[in-house]
Amino acid sequence: MEFVKPPPPPIRRLQLQDPEAATQVLPPVEGNGNGVAAAPAGSGFITARRAVSAPQFSIRRMEVDDVSIAYGDKRAVKNVSLPIRQGEVLSLIGPSGCGKTTLLRSLNRLTELTSSASLEGSIRLDDVDIRLIEPTLLRRRVTMVFQQPNPFPMSVFDNIAYVLREQGSRRARKKELEPAVHSALQRAGLFEEVKDNLKHPALKLSGGQQQRLCIARALAAEPEVLLLDEPCSALDPQSTQVIEDLIVKLRDDVAVVIVTHNLQQAYRIADHVAFMYLGDLVEYNSATALFGSPREQRTAEYVSGAFG
Amino acid sequence: MEAATVKAPPPPPKPGKQPTGAVEGSATWRLTDRIGLAICWGLGLLFCAIAIAVIVYLFIQGITYLKVSMLTTPASAGFEQSETGGFSDALIGTLMVAFLGILIALPAGIAISVWLVEYGRPAALARITESTIEAIAGIPSIVLALFGTVIFSSTALAFLSRSTEGVVFGRSFFAAGAMLSLVALPLIVASVREGLNSIPRHVREASYAVGKTKAATTRRILLPTCRPQVATGAVLGLGRIIGDTAIIVVLLGATQNFGPVEGAPFPLNYLRGVGTTLTNFVYEASPTGNLNQPQKAYAAAFVLLVMVLILNAIVDVIHRRARRVGTWSS
Repeated sequence: MEFVKPPPPPIRRLQLQDPEAATQVLPPVEGNGNGVAAAPAGSGFITARRAVSAPQFSIRRMEVDDVSIAYGDKRAVKNVSLPIRQGEVLSLIGPSGCGKTTLLRSLNRLTELTSSASLEGSIRLDDVDIRLIEPTLLRRRVTMVFQQPNPFPMSVFDNIAYVLREQGSRRARKKELEPAVHSALQRAGLFEEVKDNLKHPALKLSGGQQQRLCIARALAAEPEVLLLDEPCSALDPQSTQVIEDLIVKLRDDVAVVIVTHNLQQAYRIADHVAFMYLGDLVEYNSATALFGSPREQRTAEYVSGAFG
Repeated sequence: MEAATVKAPPPPPKPGKQPTGAVEGSATWRLTDRIGLAICWGLGLLFCAIAIAVIVYLFIQGITYLKVSMLTTPASAGFEQSETGGFSDALIGTLMVAFLGILIALPAGIAISVWLVEYGRPAALARITESTIEAIAGIPSIVLALFGTVIFSSTALAFLSRSTEGVVFGRSFFAAGAMLSLVALPLIVASVREGLNSIPRHVREASYAVGKTKAATTRRILLPTCRPQVATGAVLGLGRIIGDTAIIVVLLGATQNFGPVEGAPFPLNYLRGVGTTLTNFVYEASPTGNLNQPQKAYAAAFVLLVMVLILNAIVDVIHRRARRVGTWSS
């Protein structure tokens, strides 16, 4: 396979209201006019009200096109197609083993680390097939945050600096990296809490702070797409809320894809939701529609807690 | 019949012996379990006692017989113990083989562990490597020593030892250090592998997920994270090296003094030459050895023991330091 060389597709940081950007104006959200949608009728399970207003604009950044992923003979994801847009949060939901994490990991080719994994169909980032992008470059444009907070066993500062430096080099000095490190921490909403202890070991932070450090780390690479794999499942409710607020804030700058087991969470922060079941994409719709008036029987059963 | 299947209610705990808090008392255990526990306790205490006895005995003997002059004067021939000097050559020789051995074993051990844990493909080759290292760990060092004499007597490796008229002597610090590195290698590999394996998979992936290569991840994340295990392996390996006798006796030239190669530049003349170590000195000075001067054997053994105890203390400190950095919640 040939890589697009010399690749460095410049990182396209798109402004949502950029005249050049083909922004899509979303249909107005049904609700009470404040942008807060009414609690969907007909679903007894979802009671939390949407915390955020719906986005006004969004740009298509990634395109999952008829993608199937198999581990050996076992197909984990079957013919899934969906768009990923900057300006909104896409949430993948579904019972355990439905392939949502596999799909997420395929977006930055992390699935390739498993030797038995194979992918059919195509995933495009800004209309370039990601298989033509050199993996390390792709993974700087599409970064990921994991279920377990996993800062590297070094100082808070070094955790971010590691991402900013060229591969294994130590070339860039701390002074030069300082602005970029601070900016990443600020975007992750962690700067105020750690600015006096940047030399502190990162693993001594609280779980929620660690996870925000991981988000800061992922943002430091200046990605275009941010993948989150159940980022709050190991955290307490308070830290979860802080991170949810953060995710919503980030959606204007990066396309956000979040896998979650927590339906309320999906409802609170997602703009679009994809429900997967046994590898199939059962339903892809706006959060309000999917939770309020699901088209498919299986979706209705799942969101009302019938299975999974 | 029916009465036998009914379990007897556990006997009421004896007054005054009630377990407190979370500590589970053994008062209610079955007799066999209690005997087992008692044996465990007894054996533990027995081995503590043996270790303490060895250390205390050697400390007393060592302090009685050790004179500072022994550390600074080399062994020499003589009829009286007062004429035979000390073991400074042996002390320096121990440091030299330790340095040489670890210089080879540490990088090799780290490289092998990284390959086994992080790459390990083809899987068959990885399995073979694993069993090979286990096999080396199991080979008695005297066998390694014999094998070493064959290798290092070959003409191709003449530059590592003394040779006269085309006959390669094959005994030198280089030869002993190289074979001793094989003694340390399995310990280093085991320790570093354990360290690498204890790093959760998602930590590696977090590094890959920000565009880092496997090499960069290994160098900047994985190896720094297992620094305590690397250090532990190195220190354990050092302990084995300075404690080994067989390889020294066979491959370092059965002498009590340095025998540098004439004509070679400074460090090389000693490294290519023969010499001795503390273990060799203790062996020779013990009542069964050629020197038969047990008092000096005790003194040298005491120095050796102090070195090993210091190494053990270092391992302890490393582990305590490592705990301060914290680790991932699983």
